[in-house]
Amino acid sequence: MLSNFLSRTIHRTRLPDYRLQAGTDAAVAPPDALAQSGIRPESLPRHVAVVPDGNRRWAQARGLLTPDGHEVGRRALEHTMEVDYLMGMIERTIRENVDEYERRENGIRVHVIGDPSRWPESLQKTAREAEEKTRNNSKLHLMLATCYSGRWELVQACRALAHKVQGNLLRPEDIDESMLAGELQTSAAAGEFSCPDLVIRTSGEQRLSNFLLWQSAYSELYFTDTLWPDFGEAEYLQALSSFQSRERRFGQRTA
Amino acid sequence: MLPAAAAPRVRRRDDVRVPNPFTHRQSATCVPSTLSTTSPASNPPRDPESPTSNRGWASWVSPQGCVAHHVLDEIAASFGIIGHLAPCHCNGRVPCVLFTFSGKFYNCRYGPKIEKLNEVVTTGVLKNLENFLLKCLVAVLSYGPMPKHVAFIMDGNRRYAKFRSIQQGTGHRVGFSALISNLVRCNDMGVKYVTVYAFSIDNFKRDPSEVQFLMELMEEKINELLNNQSVIYKMNCKINFWGNLDLLCEPVRLAAQQVMASTAGNTGLVFSVCMPYNSTSEIVNAVNEVCAERREVLQRDHAGRCNGQAANNGMHSEISVADLDCHMYSAGCPEPDIVIRTSGETRLSNFLLWQTTYSHLQNPDTLWPEFSFRHLIWAILQYQRVYPYLVQSRKLAKKQL
Repeated sequence: MLSNFLSRTIHRTRLPDYRLQAGTDAAVAPPDALAQSGIRPESLPRHVAVVPDGNRRWAQARGLLTPDGHEVGRRALEHTMEVDYLMGMIERTIRENVDEYERRENGIRVHVIGDPSRWPESLQKTAREAEEKTRNNSKLHLMLATCYSGRWELVQACRALAHKVQGNLLRPEDIDESMLAGELQTSAAAGEFSCPDLVIRTSGEQRLSNFLLWQSAYSELYFTDTLWPDFGEAEYLQALSSFQSRERRFGQRTA
Repeated sequence: MLPAAAAPRVRRRDDVRVPNPFTHRQSATCVPSTLSTTSPASNPPRDPESPTSNRGWASWVSPQGCVAHHVLDEIAASFGIIGHLAPCHCNGRVPCVLFTFSGKFYNCRYGPKIEKLNEVVTTGVLKNLENFLLKCLVAVLSYGPMPKHVAFIMDGNRRYAKFRSIQQGTGHRVGFSALISNLVRCNDMGVKYVTVYAFSIDNFKRDPSEVQFLMELMEEKINELLNNQSVIYKMNCKINFWGNLDLLCEPVRLAAQQVMASTAGNTGLVFSVCMPYNSTSEIVNAVNEVCAERREVLQRDHAGRCNGQAANNGMHSEISVADLDCHMYSAGCPEPDIVIRTSGETRLSNFLLWQTTYSHLQNPDTLWPEFSFRHLIWAILQYQRVYPYLVQSRKLAKKQL
């Protein structure tokens, strides 16, 4: 389990070759699929977060990972190689798809969140370019969380506030929840919609693993045993259906 | 001639005299003395010479001589099932053997008596057998990894009351009894830390009468915990209250502070009660304290420089995860291994967001008042199944920090 997470807010999430489906409207699922599954369009979640877990297990199950070399060294090397591979893959994905996002009118706006100091230079450049090119799109926000940690995000926000306190711009006792939330990276990207309504985690693991820690305070969590490469439209509709069957109270009583 | 079939009734642990609607007379004591849990006021005084006195096996015998009835009920009770589903034909005379292990309760048309908190009187051969079997079960479980810290979101008290057509307040009271019994079980299984989400800051927005009732209930239960005979003292339990205690009314706040002070030196299980608590408020509080601390350090340095003292070279380490950790309410406690939210809801509702990064989240469908020993066993078995993945994730996380 690495510290790289991908948070996608698109509705169609099948990525067999790690490319988004081209030529289709990735922003909204076909209305007939929604109607057939009995999902009410008026109460769809506005922000969906996904932890795409299970890629390695999917590959192992298909015999695509081959053990090689000395056991201990292999594991250490595998980890580094895997991190580099993932960084390269994320960069390729962004670069290959950003032109399409930019071309579409009012299409997808890309945000890349996480600790940029841990990204390779090329990924930093690609991320900046993608954000710049899609800055004017507003139909759908796609946030890719790379080298992201909820605790790290809160520590960054705390440091920013501490600097303001030290500069006498703020008193410690004035810091409240909205001020701290405003310093988070997701607020800069998604504004009032930074808190996901639904968090999906694939591969059966039932934990949050530091993902959108602050933002998922009241999110509905959906855990599925399906591995990420097998997570497609049908599984996504199941998640939506589960979301709609839940009663969200936010700590209060229902009316 | 047997009385007509009746609707099933629930017998509570502390039922002493229950009116029987079909014979229109008080049934005799159907509770064996080994199950007596109430304060002396609700139990009639016992004559040591009578057959119902507490004399080991003889204590099983109700005045009407229904031994099997109570033996089976004891076995059921050890699995968290109180009562039986069959109509009580016997009035203590004929054994009623129809019960299930489903743990389902039926509506009690008489209204259940309020559960008392004092420890069950552990006498009787079957009780000893039950304790022995539990110890065997715990020993077997202990071959696998056991959680050190279990957190509970006690959801479902109101639904429990609604489904049984009883008052909502009774649901909360039964929930509290379930809490104490689960605490005892966790202690038996070697769990060192138990944390419960008792009251959220958001809950203040509920109906004022419900909030008032909950505050009074908390005050009553906290004062009971101060009683030296209570279960908490027998376990040498240390109690913490995590949350913004200033939001509580004064009697509750004072009682909570008193309990914390009186149990501060205890070395047994650490029981943390989150009330009134929000994880986001906890994190903001920690950020406030860290910022205030840094400002003080800078001001001291600045004052030192003005007085001509040797200045710190001006380098202060940046704020880190460890700094915020120290200022959380949970400082000193390990992170929860398991977080159990009953009633089937799958969300954290602002509970221990910072601390549950690598905790195993479980959401059984059982309502909190029905959460019993077998549910706890199942929760631990599920934790043991995923333990290797949890350990791997934690190791990787520590490397990266």
